[in-house]
Amino acid sequence: MADAQGVLVVGEVADGNLTGLTTELLGAGRRLVEKAGGKVGCLLVGAAVSGVANDAIAYGADVVYVAEDGAFEPYAAEAWLPAAQEAAAKASPAAVLLGQTSIGRDLAPRLAFRLGVGVSMDTVAIEYDSKLHFTRAAYGGNARAQLAPKSLPAVATVKGKSQDPLEPDSGRGGTVEHIAARPAADQARVKVLGQEKAKVEGVRLEDADVVVTGGRGLGGPEGFQALEELAAVLGGAVGASRAACDLGWYPPSAQVGLTGVTVSPTLYVAVAVSGASQHMAGMSGSKNIVAINKDPEANMVKAARFAVVADFKQVLPSLIEELRKLRA
Amino acid sequence: MDMIVCIKQIPDPETPASAFKVDEAAKKVIPAQGTQPVVSPFDLQAAEAALRVKEQLGSGTIHVLSVGPAGAAQAIKQVLAMGADDGFLISGPGLDDPDAYATAQVIAAAAKKIGNVDAIFMGRQAADWDEGVVPMGVAELLGWPQVTVAKAVTAADGRLRVERVLQDGFETVEVITPAVVTISNELGDPRYPKLQQIMMAGRKPLAQWTAADLGLDAGQLQSRMELERLYVPVVESQVEVIEGESPAEMAANLARRLREARII
Ligand SMILES: Cc1cc2nc3c(=O)[nH]c(=O)nc-3n(C[C@H](O)[C@H](O)[C@H](O)COP(=O)(O)OP(=O)(O)OC[C@H]3O[C@@H](n4cnc5c(N)ncnc54)[C@H](O)[C@@H]3O)c2cc1C
Ligand SMILES: Nc1ncnc2c1ncn2[C@@H]1O[C@H](COP(=O)(O)O)[C@@H](O)[C@H]1O
Repeated sequence: MADAQGVLVVGEVADGNLTGLTTELLGAGRRLVEKAGGKVGCLLVGAAVSGVANDAIAYGADVVYVAEDGAFEPYAAEAWLPAAQEAAAKASPAAVLLGQTSIGRDLAPRLAFRLGVGVSMDTVAIEYDSKLHFTRAAYGGNARAQLAPKSLPAVATVKGKSQDPLEPDSGRGGTVEHIAARPAADQARVKVLGQEKAKVEGVRLEDADVVVTGGRGLGGPEGFQALEELAAVLGGAVGASRAACDLGWYPPSAQVGLTGVTVSPTLYVAVAVSGASQHMAGMSGSKNIVAINKDPEANMVKAARFAVVADFKQVLPSLIEELRKLRA
Repeated sequence: MDMIVCIKQIPDPETPASAFKVDEAAKKVIPAQGTQPVVSPFDLQAAEAALRVKEQLGSGTIHVLSVGPAGAAQAIKQVLAMGADDGFLISGPGLDDPDAYATAQVIAAAAKKIGNVDAIFMGRQAADWDEGVVPMGVAELLGWPQVTVAKAVTAADGRLRVERVLQDGFETVEVITPAVVTISNELGDPRYPKLQQIMMAGRKPLAQWTAADLGLDAGQLQSRMELERLYVPVVESQVEVIEGESPAEMAANLARRLREARII
């Protein structure tokens, strides 16, 4: 694509709304086209997505490509690919941005191979001078790599909370175009038999302003009860390290880190979590980290703003009580 | 069912941050002293998934395949010891450190040459570059469906039933073979080979192929992204360790400091 210009965002809609990450991608797209020129397109795929086309425009899209059909849900790569390809052909973008989500992780690499181009996964920074540059973590978060695409469009998935959304402006103008591609449901080779969504009580982990996370040092699932109490006092959500999830103490949907959720709350309280690089990859953007750990040398202690070096069992009851008093 | 398990040999991902070093000029990681390369952890789980399918069916063949330097033979032997049947090491010019694009070309070509393959099992991502790209590339190049981030796989009349881990839960899918499936840690621990299996693994067939043997030319092995920089981000410790005579007093002091700093 010699005249590739602009950005195509592959958006996601959940519970009838654009996801927060989609608005972040639109913000990133807007900032890119200000420098590099072109338009911001936003592809929306699903059973009922046209209702949020105006939101996509308010958050920065110039053109919304709508692929609306019940057969697009639940997501399957082979159903979404033709729609993504058609939108890419229409928009002829320099970059295609997706979120680092279950869908983005699955779709972006396949789309890149279909287009014969490279892909940057889990991107944390996108820059443009005379060409595009993507920065991403590698080696479990121990290293950063900067990549430049050799051909366009470049495909990238973007890590949650790494880009700022624009303030939505309902006065912005934009157009809506329809995508003709439809999944051939009767030829689908992948059939979703059932889904089981995790129950979320209270605030969602990704959106929480306070996150309280437990690790292997809790010694068992009981430890999470105290964390839930602490989270309740602070109005936050509970996360877990992979070690704690692998041991079955907490559900995988609560896993924070490289292969789990990315959070960037105002306050992150890590209880009995060592702070392995793969864990830090999901929370190092937190504004204030508190570590509660009995090992003064733990990486989490070094990364923290405040640390209590002690056995969590002896700290948590008093901490919950003190915070209750402060908040009363 | 004929299955391929793709494995990558990588520097130990549990290397602590303090021992992790990069040669910025060469844009390469300097392996930490005294550490041995390992099989990327999710790839051992991919092998475990394939072995469970073979046990469930009571029949089948498992090929182990790795693209990389000659030393990756060691990684292949480890999976042969777990119970795989034969190995394929694809190395030689252009293949010491191939990127995702080149690797997918090689694996897809090798799968064609091996022939009759019903399923390719891979890790959800290799724990060096943490990308998760090669499997979808292989699926696309072969024109097969993909099912990613699985925690359980079983076979049922020419199909695979796969439980996937989603960011907000789980889903069960059925995929028509041939297919590519990627495995996540939620599958559980891979088996440890017994001493006798380790000894027997040396006698299992291990073929060595080059890219040319697969009919691939240098153009097909070129990367699609240029690595411009590789570096270690600097993080400075500014921790304030909370003092106190007892854990209870530390807790009280922490609450006070959080309030003073207007964090809560
Ligand atoms: C490819 C790959 C991807 C990964 N992805 C992720 C990911 O997404 N998320 C993730 O979290 N991990 C991930 N990991 C795993 C990661 O490397 C670590 O193994 C894991 O984060 C460790 O979890 P932990 O801190 O709970 O356990 P540990 O490392 O065992 O730490 C336990 C901590 O508890 C402390 N402790 C023990 N007892 C007490 C006590 N009574 N009071 C106070 N402190 C106590 C100890 O001092 C220690 O610091 C990944 C690994 C790989 C290889
Ligand atoms: N060099 C390689 N040789 C064999 N398999 C590989 C290689 N690189 C990647 N893979 C497979 O592809 C998966 C995902 O790797 P990646 O896309 O590099 O994150 C790995 O878990 C392996 O199963």
